[in-house]
Amino acid sequence: MEAAKGDQLFEILSRLFALLVLTIALGGFVTLTVLSWPSIKTFGLSFMWTQTWDPVAGKFGALPFVVGTLVTSFLALLISTPFSLGTALFLAEYAPKSLKGIMGFTVELLAAIPSVIYGLWGIFFLVPLVRKMEIALSLPPYGVGAFTASLILAIMILPYATSVTEAVVSLVPEELKEGAYALGATRWEVTRYIIIPYARSGIFAGTILALGRALGETMAVTMVIGNRNEILNSIFAPTNTMASVIANEFTEATSRIYLASLVEIGLILFLITLVVNILARWITERLKVQRGGV
Amino acid sequence: MDKGVTRRLWKDRVATLLVTILALVPLIPLALILLQLAVKGITSLNLQFLTSLPHPPGEEGGGVLNAIVGTAVLLALASALAVPTGILAGIYLSEYRDRTLPHAVRMAADLLQGTPSIVIGILAYAWVVRPMHHFSALAGGVALAIIMLPVIVRTTEEVLVLVPRDLRESALALGVPSWRMILKVVLPTGMVGVTTGVLLSIARVAGETAPLLFTAFGNPFLSLKPTEPIDALPLVIFNYATSPYADWWRQAWAASLVLIVLVILLNVAARLLARRMKGE
Repeated sequence: MEAAKGDQLFEILSRLFALLVLTIALGGFVTLTVLSWPSIKTFGLSFMWTQTWDPVAGKFGALPFVVGTLVTSFLALLISTPFSLGTALFLAEYAPKSLKGIMGFTVELLAAIPSVIYGLWGIFFLVPLVRKMEIALSLPPYGVGAFTASLILAIMILPYATSVTEAVVSLVPEELKEGAYALGATRWEVTRYIIIPYARSGIFAGTILALGRALGETMAVTMVIGNRNEILNSIFAPTNTMASVIANEFTEATSRIYLASLVEIGLILFLITLVVNILARWITERLKVQRGGV
Repeated sequence: MDKGVTRRLWKDRVATLLVTILALVPLIPLALILLQLAVKGITSLNLQFLTSLPHPPGEEGGGVLNAIVGTAVLLALASALAVPTGILAGIYLSEYRDRTLPHAVRMAADLLQGTPSIVIGILAYAWVVRPMHHFSALAGGVALAIIMLPVIVRTTEEVLVLVPRDLRESALALGVPSWRMILKVVLPTGMVGVTTGVLLSIARVAGETAPLLFTAFGNPFLSLKPTEPIDALPLVIFNYATSPYADWWRQAWAASLVLIVLVILLNVAARLLARRMKGE
């Protein structure tokens, strides 16, 4: 009798804490909506495609930041994908065993470095470097800007894409590869005609996952993007992303509508990363089903 | 040799070279970051830096004792909130699997894990800073706890599910009620794995800056009170790096070195534990 009571109590207790996790997630969405309500009501959907960001006049639009986020994230993905794919293939297929451990450790180390340290390095190493490059190309020598932010992001998302890609690449059945080798295929042919087709959707999922990381990345981007609230007219121009404008201006937001607009940017960012993560998960789930069918 | 075969072999060599280059290039930024951290950090690191408070802006010298203590306070607060919650929620997910609630909680945890940390900062601001009407260490701790929570929940679940059925049933057969079986048999068996997850989650939040900007806020004085604003190493790095003072830039490098050593130590500890678990 007493045992049953204890069991009941324990189940209720653990269920309460599980419910707390659910409440934080749902409550988070509700809180973001409620806090941004003044902005949602005032600006409506046009918030998404308005370019003005004028705290003095109380006029707010998220377009420069949405564009800034998308441009830097996709540029970062474009820069890092060849390297993450190369590293994953190298680790899974080309590297000698001794090198594999060290390389794997290095990739994990890249993932462990805090964002703010990437930002510090960005300010004192990458920004002067990009400035030199801009002078050589006779561009306005800002140093900071969307391109610098994309470079930093590319380095930061590399480990995520690499580890997912490597996991998928190492799942390719030995029989398939050995079969191809037995027919006289070269290592490149095995990679090109066996591994890549087999791992294609996993590679795609890894890329999407990395994209999700890039979209929400805040500190390193804030430190090198130049923090200008204007829509960018070239990839070298200083601008802001959704995350960086929140980081920069949240403590300065004095009026209700200003704060609400910043929170609404947070809400949009939350929804975008949600969609991206669901997409990545959907691809991996489908992958599992396919594998199960083979 | 056949012309076609020669071409195929050449193609293979070029591909090998290309893949190797693509794999080695990412090591360059990593080497640069670590090298500069070590060089610029060590030259500025001394006992005074670790044991004194910051000097007023523009004045040389001073240290980051407030931030080191602050980071410790924030991590302790976050762990106190997230560890028991995460472990109990993880137990629920692993032990009561056949319901709809676990499925929803699992999705919620994944959702939280994918949420950008700056957005988590907004939540802690809404839930703690606004009701209290000022920034506080508690708000920062709550923000970090929300980031730690999904990691702990999911690792706890994954580890506990692996505890063998025989072990559970032996305990039950001895007449132990199932809640005691969970606490005395299942949880201790998975303890190493759970601890690994906790350490990894602490390592992850130790370097978090964005969610602290408008929760813990920063504080140039030494503070231990949860109700007052508090400083943290990542905040100091951000504020100093973006300041106009050369001496503060130097200190930002030194603070970064301290932070990265902390993060790497936590990661290594987690990895050693994980290896021990595999060994068993």
